[in-house]
Amino acid sequence: MSDVIVLADADDHDLTKLSEYRSVGGYAQLERIRGLAPASVIDELNSANLRGRGGAFFPTGRKMQFIPSPQQIPKPHYVCVNADESEPGTFKDREIMNRVPHRLIEGSLIAAHAIESQHVFIYIRGEYLDPFEALRAALDEVRDAKLLGGVTVVLHRGAGAYICGEESGLLESLEGKRGQARSRPPFPAVSGLYASPTLINNVETIATIPKILDIGGAEYAEIGAPPDSTGTRLFCVSGNVAKGGNYELPMGISIREVIYDLAGGIPDGRELKAVIPGGSSMPILTADQIDVPLDHDSLRALDTFLGAAAVIVIDDRACLVQLGLRVAQFYMHESCGKCTPCREGTRWMVQLLEAIEAGEATHSQLDLLLDVCDRILGKCLCPLGDAAALPVASYVTKFRDEFRAHVDQGGCPFGGESSLEGLFAPSDQHSHAPAAEVPA
Amino acid sequence: MVSHFQREVSAIAEQYPEPTSAVMPALRLAQEQHEGWLPPEALREVAEALDLTPGYVKGVATFYDMFHLEPVGRRLVEVCTNICCGLRGAQGVLDAFESELGVAPGETTPDGAFTLRAVECIGGCDRPTVVAIDDRHRFNVSAAEVPQIVRELRDE
Repeated sequence: MSDVIVLADADDHDLTKLSEYRSVGGYAQLERIRGLAPASVIDELNSANLRGRGGAFFPTGRKMQFIPSPQQIPKPHYVCVNADESEPGTFKDREIMNRVPHRLIEGSLIAAHAIESQHVFIYIRGEYLDPFEALRAALDEVRDAKLLGGVTVVLHRGAGAYICGEESGLLESLEGKRGQARSRPPFPAVSGLYASPTLINNVETIATIPKILDIGGAEYAEIGAPPDSTGTRLFCVSGNVAKGGNYELPMGISIREVIYDLAGGIPDGRELKAVIPGGSSMPILTADQIDVPLDHDSLRALDTFLGAAAVIVIDDRACLVQLGLRVAQFYMHESCGKCTPCREGTRWMVQLLEAIEAGEATHSQLDLLLDVCDRILGKCLCPLGDAAALPVASYVTKFRDEFRAHVDQGGCPFGGESSLEGLFAPSDQHSHAPAAEVPA
Repeated sequence: MVSHFQREVSAIAEQYPEPTSAVMPALRLAQEQHEGWLPPEALREVAEALDLTPGYVKGVATFYDMFHLEPVGRRLVEVCTNICCGLRGAQGVLDAFESELGVAPGETTPDGAFTLRAVECIGGCDRPTVVAIDDRHRFNVSAAEVPQIVRELRDE
């Protein structure tokens, strides 16, 4: 059996067309399960052990089971598809929407059936114009073909805010507010969109569902690295590789295989220095750790995560202090400003990293940087603060010599030759969180 | 007297259980109808159409990077400068646009033709550098081809 699930048949067919998608069995699962009890869908997802592809890896079937029935909470139930893909290094949902939009729509309608919902919202990041157009065209076809079965599907475009990819920020934004994180509980399953029961899933998760129902959960669970990391992922490979791109592969393939067998290795005769396995918010791995299988448990053993499966490859030209600074600048800009540790802590991180890069820091400030990271970790309403603190702390810890060299040499040891030299953090974008002045 | 804009916004709002959800699509529409940015009268129009206060609408608009509260050029050139493009030379692409257009990131050319911006990751990391021109993404842009791109944009 082919181990291509989400992008199945997309190489041989133009699956943006309803007729082509139907010719490969599209919407057959939707039509089949509409005659079945909602629980039967959830049972199948549980036996597949499908986990959330947005990064949290939460069991999808169990998430659906958390949604009270309409008898228990007699309000409209909502499905929100998180298409606000914004994590640096991630571009898989873009390809899914561009190439298999019907599979996403079918998965959304199946999810709606599973939680007895009549309302689907697809929150798509504002910068994704071509995926929006592909989804809109597909949705028009589905509507004309009367496949919606009474369910409304609304495409809601974001307008540039990373935090709206966080589920509670997404809900706030969809309600027409600033996209700030909510405190939980209550959890969205009980009180989400408009304080009603809400299921929120990532694009890739939803687009996996039709194939699981097609081949059966048990068979799906044999793909990848069972028992926990079942199935495939779209690995987004970028950075210093010859052939970047999305590679849909069973979980459990090693980083080495991805870089050297699929992505063509490191160009320009350079040496591999480090790899970020799951997107910019994930702790970094050193070049000697790349035999690790890309699955949840193997990466956890190395204190990192698969996240959104964005494999960012970094060669020996990159200064890791500059990398840390640019990552910290990103999260500082994207902090919604609600929680003090994230709002202020990311600014402290940037200031310290600027001082280290400029050669103006002391050795004790390396520890201060780790201390600031520690004071953010786990202390905020949403994971954005962690997304800044975790990777930067890992750079300091794993590349401590390089950080120390900045202090000892009074400047960047790359002497202006780093590949990231002068990388410009946007200064004219909106500040989601108006800055407080940090005392010197 | 119900304006054309109000009717358009009302049609959008009907898609949502709560009309306030339409504030972002309404802001996008207003921005399109006000030369790419949101002057105070645009915020007032959105507020009136959705029965919100202009202050509330401005509060939402100021949160999102794609809503512009200052005038922008007729063409918007946005260069990704996050890490994946940065590892592959985004700085050089941004520098090339700066020198071709004669403005720094965040600035608009004196003739109002171009606004240049550096932006965060826009999701084309495998094809660096990604440049958005009026929201359309161009991939694999190198510094060397920037003069040609700018020439073409000036001719359009």
